[in-house]
Amino acid sequence: MGAGMMKSLILHLAVLVLLFLLQFVISDYAILTLTRMMVLGIFASGFNILFGYTGLLSLGHAMFFGAGVYAAGLPIYHFGWSVPLAFVFAIFMSFVAAVIIGVIALRTVRDSFMILTLMLAQAGYLAILYFNRETGGSEGLTMPQASRSFDFLGLTIDLTDAATRYNIAVLLLAITIVVSFILIQGRYGRLFNAIRENEARTEMLGYNVLTAKLFSFTVSGTIAGMAGAAYAILFGYIGATFAGIQYSIEALLFTLLGGAGTLLGPLLGSILMTTLIDRLSEVTSAYFLFLGLILIALTLWFPKGLLGTIKEKWLPWLT
Amino acid sequence: MGFGPFLFLATLEGLVQASVLVLTAVGLSLVFGVMRVVNVAHGEFFMLGAVIAWFVATNMPGDPAIGFIAALIISPLAVGAVAYVADRLILTRLNYNPEATIVATIGLLYVIQQSVLMTYGADARPVDPPFYYTIRLPWFGYSSYKLFVIAAACVLLGVIWFVLKRTKWGLLMRATQFDRETALAFGIPVRKVYSFVFAIGAGLAAIGAVLIVPIQQAHYLMGLDPLLLSFTVVIIGGLGSIQGTIFAAILIGLSDGILSVFFSPTLAKIVSTLFVAMVLVFKPNGLFAKAKR
Amino acid sequence: MADVTFLKTKDLKCHFGGIKAVDGVDFTLEKGEIRAIIGPNGAGKSTFVSLLSGRTEATAGEVEFLGENVTRLPAYKRVRRGIAYTFQITNIYKDFPVIENVAIAVQSRLSNSGEKTGAGRIRAEAEKVLARVGLSQFAERKAGELAYGHQRLLEVGMGLALQPELLILDEPTQGLSDSEVSDFCDLVKEIAQNATILLIEHNMDVVMTLAGRITVLNQGRILAEGSPEDIRANRAVQDAYLGRGDE
Repeated sequence: MGAGMMKSLILHLAVLVLLFLLQFVISDYAILTLTRMMVLGIFASGFNILFGYTGLLSLGHAMFFGAGVYAAGLPIYHFGWSVPLAFVFAIFMSFVAAVIIGVIALRTVRDSFMILTLMLAQAGYLAILYFNRETGGSEGLTMPQASRSFDFLGLTIDLTDAATRYNIAVLLLAITIVVSFILIQGRYGRLFNAIRENEARTEMLGYNVLTAKLFSFTVSGTIAGMAGAAYAILFGYIGATFAGIQYSIEALLFTLLGGAGTLLGPLLGSILMTTLIDRLSEVTSAYFLFLGLILIALTLWFPKGLLGTIKEKWLPWLT
Repeated sequence: MGFGPFLFLATLEGLVQASVLVLTAVGLSLVFGVMRVVNVAHGEFFMLGAVIAWFVATNMPGDPAIGFIAALIISPLAVGAVAYVADRLILTRLNYNPEATIVATIGLLYVIQQSVLMTYGADARPVDPPFYYTIRLPWFGYSSYKLFVIAAACVLLGVIWFVLKRTKWGLLMRATQFDRETALAFGIPVRKVYSFVFAIGAGLAAIGAVLIVPIQQAHYLMGLDPLLLSFTVVIIGGLGSIQGTIFAAILIGLSDGILSVFFSPTLAKIVSTLFVAMVLVFKPNGLFAKAKR
Repeated sequence: MADVTFLKTKDLKCHFGGIKAVDGVDFTLEKGEIRAIIGPNGAGKSTFVSLLSGRTEATAGEVEFLGENVTRLPAYKRVRRGIAYTFQITNIYKDFPVIENVAIAVQSRLSNSGEKTGAGRIRAEAEKVLARVGLSQFAERKAGELAYGHQRLLEVGMGLALQPELLILDEPTQGLSDSEVSDFCDLVKEIAQNATILLIEHNMDVVMTLAGRITVLNQGRILAEGSPEDIRANRAVQDAYLGRGDE
């Protein structure tokens, strides 16, 4: 292991430990919002594998988040599945969805890929509205009380307890960061970067670019789906908005703000943006205006985002 | 009413839809064809056109016709100016990089939509048509204004065709579309062409919107449907092909009205969205693409 | 045992609409050769080697490499079988360090031959390649910041890192200074000791120094083929190409 990689690993572990310790000092309200930020951060981290590292801009990643939300929530609501089973099932279904959508979408490139992912996600969103008897449509469904607490490996886990939810979120975030770290530091990281930088050249060096892109797409979609499943289970609510265009844009926004192509960027972006939106909504109802302005400003003056800029200027070892 | 007249009515309604759609979609197609820019804010230019038309028509004294004509002139110019500025301030600086451009136009979408919400409000407001005359047909009465919309769209398409094929400006645009590098080498001011094309594209959406507001009210969220429909049309017609776009707009405008008679609107939208997605994957040059140069 | 021809094309064609870029080429290349392809601009040289490397799909005809038909194989699979291609217009990872450019190629070779791809191993192999092309001192520099001649060398280095059977060089000396060209010729001779080389080249001095045989393309067809002396003496070639003076 190189010195840079060691530093990077220590930094990431330190951040995770810090997040774990924070629960003992911050208010209950902050614990709640930080839980939400972390879950959305996981979602954006999944998006970032595809966009930040592999250079593919999906405008429909909410379809995977939504797939996770519904694949976890519907079996619990309709069939009374246990929470862990539903969670694993949702991850599996997101994986399947990502493979199928990836095989289709990756036949297109650039502009067409962006429009196609946008349209497929829109079709998914409309499908949720269409089957509103089962899905609850845009009103959504609240998970039954019985699913708010369950036994797992001899432990009783109470999902109405804020600290429990927080720790589950930290755990899932840790899994996401560690898995991404191993992936990005290994040979796939090099390959993804190569594809982002120069796809034609990478193919002419003997790489199967399409398979590599599909792999990235699948990992990305599965992580996004896991975040969706976690959201449904932790907060006990599922609704069509989670699959809507706004969530796709948020993943993009968090990633751009925090720094595309850095492991902690999406989390940082999620924390900053959510805080900003909270503050703004106290002052104005038009926070979407700021969302738009921030998107434009980022592309114009700050395309690498916060951590991307820091990486470029000061910490080249950052992953 | 028998089936024949019913179909006739549905066709007329479909043609009105198609007329507005064709103008909006040609605007989007022009921008994509010449600049290779996917403009996600195109629907908001449409919405802005409708809202400005309302402002103009409401504040113009005298006959509604005067207000309408004023709106038909002022609204596209104003929207074109907004687009021109957006291109100069944002898109040029991004060098039209596809990812950055699409993100920036998403930002623009929110900015325009929310600015309108803050100034114009959340209400839907109507604009008076310039004339009310109803044409009596043997089976039903039909608004002469709607027929005017169809005629106006035909005239405008003729103008667009003339500008593209017969004027120096059209030549510049086509040259730029064909090969940007060569156009630059031949001293064509590509950046200027881009800014004007972006403005014209937005202006066309605004004209479509002005024509529709006497039928449909102006509202700050009205941009989404024309955006998605325009994308549909542009993809089916072949990205960047104007003839294909016109053909597809008529097809979609007609079938949209007829489809939603038989299916639930949501299901119709799902089916058409998936259909378009598959066109994008399997016929990337559009459904009608045959002889590609 | 009958000798397998190293590389062979049969009636290879590539048409773009009405343009017949490559129009029925029968071509053979023996193992260990340095072969040059020359011809006037627009003769179809670049398209021809693109067909060999798989960057462009053939309209008709066949490409056979080491006795196997590779006509329908995608480019990356041909690379894995040993056909490496270096781009005419320098095509490197401009934002990456020089060594990373080569490391990407090394990783490809190692993982395709089922060997271990540890970070240390890849780096060591990449350093060896950089030493061979004389870029060791720039290892950590951004590739896009290198001088043009060095970028060309890096391009060749990336091909070399694949340890190919066949290395296709598409106008490698274009834009190099005289001294760089002569260093480059030495490098190619060294590479040729364990790889076959196919070279598109406009600089006739380079062609005459390096090539064992020369193939002349004109209007998508083979006009002549032979030793440098034969080609120099060939009347048709002089008319089509050499007579026009230096390119």
